[in-house]
Amino acid sequence: MKKSMIAYPYLVWMIIFILVPLLLIVFYGFTKTTDQGIVFTLDHFKRFFEPIYIMVLLRSLYLALICTVICLLLGYPLSLILASKEYRHKRVLVLLVVIPMWMNFLLRTYAWLTLLEKNGVINTFISFFGLPKMELLYNQGAVVLGMVYNFLPFMVLPIYSVLIKIDKSIIEAAEDLGADSKTIFGKIILPLSLPGIVSGITMVYMPAVTTFVISRLLGGGQFTLIGNLIEQQFVYTGEWGFGSALSIVMMILILFSMAIMSRYEKEREGGGLF
Amino acid sequence: MRFLKRFYLGLIFLFLYAPILILMVFSFNDSKSRGNWGGFTLRWYAELFRDREIMSALYYTIVIAILSALIATAIGMVAALGIHNMNRFGKGLVINITYLPMLNPDIVTGISLMILFVFVNMERGFISLLIAHITFNIPYVIFSIMPKLKQMNQHLYEAALDLGATPFYAFRKVILPEIMPGVITGLIFAFTLSIDDFVISYFTTGAGVSNLSIVIHSMARRGINPTINALSTLMFITVLLLLIIVNKRTANNSGKENVI
Repeated sequence: MKKSMIAYPYLVWMIIFILVPLLLIVFYGFTKTTDQGIVFTLDHFKRFFEPIYIMVLLRSLYLALICTVICLLLGYPLSLILASKEYRHKRVLVLLVVIPMWMNFLLRTYAWLTLLEKNGVINTFISFFGLPKMELLYNQGAVVLGMVYNFLPFMVLPIYSVLIKIDKSIIEAAEDLGADSKTIFGKIILPLSLPGIVSGITMVYMPAVTTFVISRLLGGGQFTLIGNLIEQQFVYTGEWGFGSALSIVMMILILFSMAIMSRYEKEREGGGLF
Repeated sequence: MRFLKRFYLGLIFLFLYAPILILMVFSFNDSKSRGNWGGFTLRWYAELFRDREIMSALYYTIVIAILSALIATAIGMVAALGIHNMNRFGKGLVINITYLPMLNPDIVTGISLMILFVFVNMERGFISLLIAHITFNIPYVIFSIMPKLKQMNQHLYEAALDLGATPFYAFRKVILPEIMPGVITGLIFAFTLSIDDFVISYFTTGAGVSNLSIVIHSMARRGINPTINALSTLMFITVLLLLIIVNKRTANNSGKENVI
């Protein structure tokens, strides 16, 4: 008996519960039931190209992009500070960035509902100073805010872990050679932290594109994202063919961008050091 | 500069923790509206424990988490041993497929399993939920154990066999102690992932069987309810404790696994 044979139970599990379900998505995405039985069709994909659905896709990509940019702008300085000389020994601070991530993400999103609603904490605070109440909930801003809140740690962690590994003697060498802090940042720290930035972007952008819960709770159902559209097809309207086609599009989009990102990451790792 | 750094850190942590803290504070508020403070109360906690829906969800969450973590760890451990002994081609193929549930968006994993269950005419409920959780847990277990197997000295196992140990005895006495840290990390990983999951559960469960995430989702859609605040406070403290345990472990294992 070959020793690798003990993996067979898992292989069976893997085929039934990973591969077959994905093949079923492909099956539903490319077929429809007619009077003659099940036939091959591209109708579901054609339907996706109707303006209303293209808009949904573009909106998802756009909101996720804004979220990623904000996360990068907030997260990069934060990682720099956490990895700086004064703070690098205070590992507790990094843990503090991670902890909210371990809380149920529905609760984290729900927490913002409490803050932003019409009689919520922020509005109460504002009206205390005699200012008029604001509509903070159920708009694009609230959706982006919820995404940033949920995914910011995904940006900070990879960048931080790259920054902390930068060889300090390189920076000292640059200082000895008379480089000012601006040059050091531009010529050493930023290029060396690029792999972290790339994986941070991947880790924020992917879940932001596919979310349907944040847009539902904080957007109040007015801001349909591609995730909401897929959920609708399977939970409410029962149009599996269309839902499967949407899933295939999303899956390809994500695996494709992952492949590009990981390739870029590898290139940098090799070339960036010399 | 020093002050600026502090100020920035303070702002970020305020952003990260203010919502959670306010949620916790209002779980003790004796008033249904969030606008005013109506005095200290524990009544939302009492209501929480009387709520049938939440209690049954808590029961399912814990049972599913324990069962799926144990089963995923058992399957994953045996799978890791087998994969470790495969030839290059087989290994690459299996590992790449194992990555799929980790790379795929949760919503795709969720609907793909949902389609499968409906396709084979299986009623969605406890069993389908359990299968779904085991499926997304196994990869994390396998990838916790594989590095340990790679680090291990291959000849130890062969030496044990040469000295007359049966394969199972050699596994128990030689391999298992070596990979144990990875097994435990995988187990805890699987447990926390299962407790935290919403998206995949949402698509794979049926009427009558809900976990906490699903109940929170439906309650949050209905509007704000202080009982959820009480529930969040308890869950946050539980997760915090679990995290401390996991972190102690990974720190002891020279911090190999990253805590994500």
